[in-house]
Amino acid sequence: MHALADTAPAHGGRRAGVVAWLLLAPLALWLLLFVVVPMAGLVVYSFCQRDDLGRVVYDFSWENYARVFDPIYLKILGRSIGYAALTTVICIVIGYPVAWYIARQRSPLRERLLLLVMIPFWTSFLIRTYAWIAILKSEGLLNGLLQFSGVVTAPLSLLYTPTAVVIGLVYAYLPFMILPIYGSAEKLDNALVEAAHDLGAGPIRAFSHVIIPLTWPGIAAGIMLVFVPAIGMFAITDLMGGAQVPLIGNVIQNQFFRARNAPFGAALGVVFTLLFILTYALAHRRRRATTA
Amino acid sequence: MRPPPLLPSFWDRWSGLRLLDAGLGIWTGLVFLFLYLPILVLVVYSFNDSRLNVVWEGFTLDWYGRLWDNTRIARALKNSLVVAGFTTVLSVVLGTVGAWLLHRYRYRFGSTLQTLIAVPMIMPEIVMGISLLILFTTAGLKLGFFTVIVAHTTFCFPFVLIAVQARLQGMDPALEEAALDLGATPVRAFFLVVVPYLRPAILSGALMAFTLSLDELIVTFFTASAQVATLPLLVFGMAKVGLNPMLNALSALFIVATVAFVLFSEHLRRLGRRAP
Repeated sequence: MHALADTAPAHGGRRAGVVAWLLLAPLALWLLLFVVVPMAGLVVYSFCQRDDLGRVVYDFSWENYARVFDPIYLKILGRSIGYAALTTVICIVIGYPVAWYIARQRSPLRERLLLLVMIPFWTSFLIRTYAWIAILKSEGLLNGLLQFSGVVTAPLSLLYTPTAVVIGLVYAYLPFMILPIYGSAEKLDNALVEAAHDLGAGPIRAFSHVIIPLTWPGIAAGIMLVFVPAIGMFAITDLMGGAQVPLIGNVIQNQFFRARNAPFGAALGVVFTLLFILTYALAHRRRRATTA
Repeated sequence: MRPPPLLPSFWDRWSGLRLLDAGLGIWTGLVFLFLYLPILVLVVYSFNDSRLNVVWEGFTLDWYGRLWDNTRIARALKNSLVVAGFTTVLSVVLGTVGAWLLHRYRYRFGSTLQTLIAVPMIMPEIVMGISLLILFTTAGLKLGFFTVIVAHTTFCFPFVLIAVQARLQGMDPALEEAALDLGATPVRAFFLVVVPYLRPAILSGALMAFTLSLDELIVTFFTASAQVATLPLLVFGMAKVGLNPMLNALSALFIVATVAFVLFSEHLRRLGRRAP
């Protein structure tokens, strides 16, 4: 979605006068109040302490950040990044050929196939996750089929496993990888691929040296839409992993409700935001390097 | 990949690229199967006359009937519609007026503002949720309809704004100038000339805002109280407990609504492309 900033219109037209500013004021104030101020508040909170009742004490300290680097939380953070990275890689491997295939089709079929991606894209991830619970639960469909056909005698515990979490994440985020890659693949000029062939590049070399760099903007956008949200996604890990595989999103959520330690939760939120910015910068740098 | 000499006439047509293409087609089909089979199972089993999901025990509409009678679900649906309704109206006003002003006038800090508008769209939802929760608790606001609607509008209106902005780029400036030359005030020109031209974009932006709000779980999770629990919050709670045939029925209805939404947006998009 970072492409949006690039396509922003040049701010042309007349210079804004007092009236134009007054008209824009609600929007500017809204962004200030509900985007800028909350982010500043998050940072302030992350340096605060809490008292025994869970109330926030405005007392500057680095303690919350020191706690983030506690081995327990580092492990959870590492695991969250690992799961998100695995999900992203699987989504690219599964989704890239699909996006490529759809982009190569002629017009009516292409739009229809694209529509088939749009439907899961817009269907609530919660409902799509629930669909998998119905399949994987011990009294669910898959176990029923396995027992009915005599493959197993006792139900397997398929849900509440790391595999279930990854299935849930991949299932939820796959359309978010296919669509941006499709966007890039559709714009790709076939003549460039043919030129690579004519110059003697085999299919693999053409793919790695021509196609991948040219569709990188789509891949980068896909990474932003899959990797970052997957790190913080606590709902899917809650539903598919039970309490077995806590990820960073579950810990953050806990700090604000059960553990009542908002400052520590805020510190984790800030760390997560920094990770998000880092990913964004990396995806962008590679992109600039390839388009240059 | 070279055609074997024994079957030249047949294998010529199946050069390496064609084989690759067929393979890609099969792969795409399998991925669609992976994407749709679970949803399909859910819909089919919402008509199953059994508490458990495993065995098919006959067709029933019972779960849909119970859904209708369930007061908790009815209230959550009402909450969701109230939130999504207000969010859509606010988003359309903020987004349309904002896009028009940014298109029409040159502002100092205009590009900063443009970047700031994109932030809620790409910011991780959980970070947005906790930062707004901190704001609301620090300001002493009680969580309720107001806080949820504010939170939803914050991430929904940029989608309207971007949609409208995209359409504005194709607009002939002469359109508005003609209205002004003919003596219309800028406000009249905006409502009588600009808004009708922008209608497809406004409508698809509104649809997007409505759907995004209706589906939102994470941000709502942090900014809603139990009294204003929306449908996704209720579904999340129910799904944590386990399987529930009523949830199958509810999900099936949601899926049908989503399909209708996607088809309608596609229709709007085509309409928008065809219009001058």
